[in-house]
Amino acid sequence: MSVPPHRVHDQVRLPGEQLQTLIEALRLLGYRVMGPKVAEGAIVYDELTSAAELPVGWTDEQKGGSYRLVKRNDGAAFGYALGPHSWKKYLHPAVHRLWKAKREGNGFEISEETPEVPKLAFLGVRACELHAIAIQDKVLTQGVFRDPIYSSRRENVFIVAVNCSQPGGTCFCESMGTGPQATFGFDLALTEINVNGRHDFLVEAGTDRGTEMLQKIPHEGATEKEKKTVAEIAAQAAQHMGRQLNTHEIKELFYRSLEHPRWDEVAERCLNCANCTMVCPTCFCTTVEDVTDLAGTEAERWRKWDSCFTADFSYIHGGSVRASRKSRYRQWLTHKLATWIDQFGSSGCVGCGRCITWCPVAIDLTEEVLAIRQAGSTDSAALPTKEEQ
Amino acid sequence: MLDSLRPVLAEHPFLSDLSPRHLDLVVGCASNVRFEAGKYLFREEEDANQFYIIREGKVAVEIRTPHRGPLTVQTVSAGEILGWSWLLPPYQWHFDARAVEPTRAIALDGKCLRVKCENDHDLGYELLKRFAQIMEQRLEATRLQVLDIYGNPS
Amino acid sequence: MSPTNPDPMVPTPFRVQRVRQETHDTFTLELEPARGGNGFSFQAGQFNMLYVFGVGEVPISISGDPTRSKMLVHTTRAVGTVTKAMRRLKRGDILGVRGPFGSHWPVEVAAGSDVVIVAGGIGLAPLRPAMYELLSRRDQYDKVVLLYGARTPEEILFPRELERWRAHFDLEVHVTVDRAMGGWRGNVGVVTTLIQKAPFNARSTTAMVCGPEVMMRFTVMELLKRGVKTDNIHISMERNMKCAIGFCGHCQFGPVFVCKDGPVFVYGRIKDLLTKWEI
Repeated sequence: MSVPPHRVHDQVRLPGEQLQTLIEALRLLGYRVMGPKVAEGAIVYDELTSAAELPVGWTDEQKGGSYRLVKRNDGAAFGYALGPHSWKKYLHPAVHRLWKAKREGNGFEISEETPEVPKLAFLGVRACELHAIAIQDKVLTQGVFRDPIYSSRRENVFIVAVNCSQPGGTCFCESMGTGPQATFGFDLALTEINVNGRHDFLVEAGTDRGTEMLQKIPHEGATEKEKKTVAEIAAQAAQHMGRQLNTHEIKELFYRSLEHPRWDEVAERCLNCANCTMVCPTCFCTTVEDVTDLAGTEAERWRKWDSCFTADFSYIHGGSVRASRKSRYRQWLTHKLATWIDQFGSSGCVGCGRCITWCPVAIDLTEEVLAIRQAGSTDSAALPTKEEQ
Repeated sequence: MLDSLRPVLAEHPFLSDLSPRHLDLVVGCASNVRFEAGKYLFREEEDANQFYIIREGKVAVEIRTPHRGPLTVQTVSAGEILGWSWLLPPYQWHFDARAVEPTRAIALDGKCLRVKCENDHDLGYELLKRFAQIMEQRLEATRLQVLDIYGNPS
Repeated sequence: MSPTNPDPMVPTPFRVQRVRQETHDTFTLELEPARGGNGFSFQAGQFNMLYVFGVGEVPISISGDPTRSKMLVHTTRAVGTVTKAMRRLKRGDILGVRGPFGSHWPVEVAAGSDVVIVAGGIGLAPLRPAMYELLSRRDQYDKVVLLYGARTPEEILFPRELERWRAHFDLEVHVTVDRAMGGWRGNVGVVTTLIQKAPFNARSTTAMVCGPEVMMRFTVMELLKRGVKTDNIHISMERNMKCAIGFCGHCQFGPVFVCKDGPVFVYGRIKDLLTKWEI
C-alpha cells in the first residue's frame, strides 16, 4: 500500500504521569478523549476522563476464535495488542439517522439531519488502525461523492497514536506493511518505555497542532539512547507477529481463484455470522432502513452497518445473487484482499487480526490465503507457490 | 426450372461449400413452392418427406393445445430452413407449420434425398453436418424459451 | 453531480403527473419536480433512486426522453414491496427522487457507426432514452437496428412506440416473442435468433444490450459470432443498491460498483465475471 514518507520528528520524553495532563489538555480544548479501558472482559474504546481508566497492567492473549485478558507483571498502560473495537465506530457510526419525513397532504416534507458532530480525540491508535483510517478516508471521502457523516467527524479528530510493543497472536501488520510503528496520520505518536519499572513515553509530533499540544505538557529531552529505543521496540514487535501473510501478486491470485475448491471447504466452517465484518476496521458496507410510526405520518431513514455475509445483502427481485455461504465468504475475502486494490488503490486488510480472533469458529484468513496459494487455482495449474513460513 | 434453382441453392449459406457434384444431387430434388397466408406447409403426424428453404414470407411452427388453440413456438422466415423430420425415422412431422404471410420457398424432396444420401454417404454427412448445426441452434433457442427469462421471478 | 439535492442521500420531492399501466405488471410514472425548477436532465441509461414515503427506496432506470427533460419518466415492473406501492400512486402524489446516477449508453461515441440495440422484456425501458437520442440525431449514424424480445405479445413494452419506430424508413425494428397464440403474426423465438439476420455491419457496430442477465450473455455470444468487437458491446447490469453513490457496498460485482462504474458497462470490462456464479 502507498504510505506517505516517514515524518522525522524529534522524540521527546514524557513522564508517565503526564499522560493525565495530556488528557486534561485535550479535554480543555473541547475534545472528548476516547481510549482503551477494560470493560466486559476486553479492552474496548470508550470515553476517558482520567489516565487511571487506562488498562494499566493488562494485556490480551489472542488466537483463532479466542481472546483473553491477562494480568501483566508490570504497569504498562498500553501493553496489549488490540481489542474488538476499532475507531470506525466513532468515524463511521454503526447506526445513524439520515433524515426524517412527515406526511403532508398527499406528499411529505423531509427534514435533513444536522447532527452535532462530536469533537473527538483518539488515544492509543495503533499503526494498523492509522492505516485503516486512511483506507476509510479513501473510500468515504476521496471519490466522486463524499460521505458527509464520516467527513464531518473525521475532520475534527485529534489522533494520539501509541506504538505497538506487544503484537497479538493473530496480528500480521508486518506482512501488510501497516505496522507495527506509526509512521503517518497522527498528531502525536507515543512509545511506551519501561525504565526500571517506570513507565514513560517517548513522543513525536506529526502535525503542527500535535506540536502545539506537546508544548502544553511538561516533557524532557530524550537521550540519544532513548530515541533509538523507538525503532528497537518496533523491530522487536515486528519479530513477534502471531501470523504472516504472503501478499505477492495477491490480486492476481484471487482473480484466478474464484472457483477454487477451498471456498467449498471454508464454507463448511463459516457460520456467516458477520463478526469479521463488524470487527474489521476497514469494512464500510451499510444498508438503509426506512421506518414509519404506527399512524404512517412520520418516516425516518436510518443508515446501519451491513455485512456481505447476509442473504439480503445481494438481494434483487427473485433472490440473492450470493445465495450460498461459500459465495459470501469468497466475496468478503476477495474484496478485502484483491478487488479493493482495483477499487481504492490498496489492500483492504491492515493485518490487525481481529477477524481471526473474533471468528467463533476460528477461520483464519492467513490460513485461507495459504491454502488457496498452495492448492493451485482452478483456472491455472501453474501458480507461484512461494512458501509462507 | 431446375437450372434456375441451381444458382439460388449454390448461394444459400446452408449449402455453401458443397461440392458441385453434391450440389447437383440436391438440385435434382428441389422445386419451387408457394403458400398463401393461412395455408399449412405440413401438419403434425403427416409423413415428413421434404424440407424447405424459405425465400420470402414467414411460417409459424405450432403445437395444438386442446383448449387454447395453436401455440406458436417458433417462426421461420426468409433465409431460414424449415423441417428436419424427413431425415430421421419414422419420417413424420411433429408440429404444424402454417404460413402466416404469403410464403415462397424451395422444397427439397426428402425421399429423393434419403436415397441419394444412402448411395453417397459423403453427401449424407455433408447434409447431416448442416442439419446438426440447425438443430443445435434450435435447441439452444428452445432452452432459453424454457427458461422463461422475462417471466416474473417472484 | 446530482441535480437534485446537494446531499446525495436526501431525496427531492417529485409530483406524480401520470401513472400509466403498460403491461399486466409494468407501469410508467411521469414526474415533475414538486418545488418547481427546470425539469430533470440525465443521460440515456442512468437511473434514479425512487422513494415511496414510509415504504422504501429502489433504483429504477429512467425511461424518458433525455432531449426533452421537462418530465421525469420511469418505467418499472411491480415486483417488490416498493414498486408495488409505487404502482398504487395517483396523480398529485409525491415521490422522493435521488439521482441521476451511474454511467450511460455510448450514444455520442457511436456516431459514425451502425447501432444495434438489443432489448429483452423490461430491458427496453432503460434503452428507450437511447432510442430517443439516436433518433434526435439520426443523421450521425449509419444503420440503426432495434431488436426486441418479450415473453408474449401481451407483454411487449411500448407497443405503440415500437410500431411508430417500425414505420421509420431509416430504422430496422424487429420484435419477437417467446411464445404466442394464434392471432400473433410477428416473430416467435428468442431475441438472440434475430441477431444473425439483422442488417448491420458488424465491423463498425456499437451494440447496446439490456435485459435479464441470461439473455444478455446469449445476446453477446451472437453479437461476437457476427463479428462485433468486444469493446463495442455495452450491457446494463443490475444489482442490489442502497446508496447509489458507492458507499453502501451492496452493488459490487467483482472490482466494479454497478452504481457508479455502471450500470452500463463495456462488455470487455466485465466479461470474465459474467460466467462465474454468485459474484
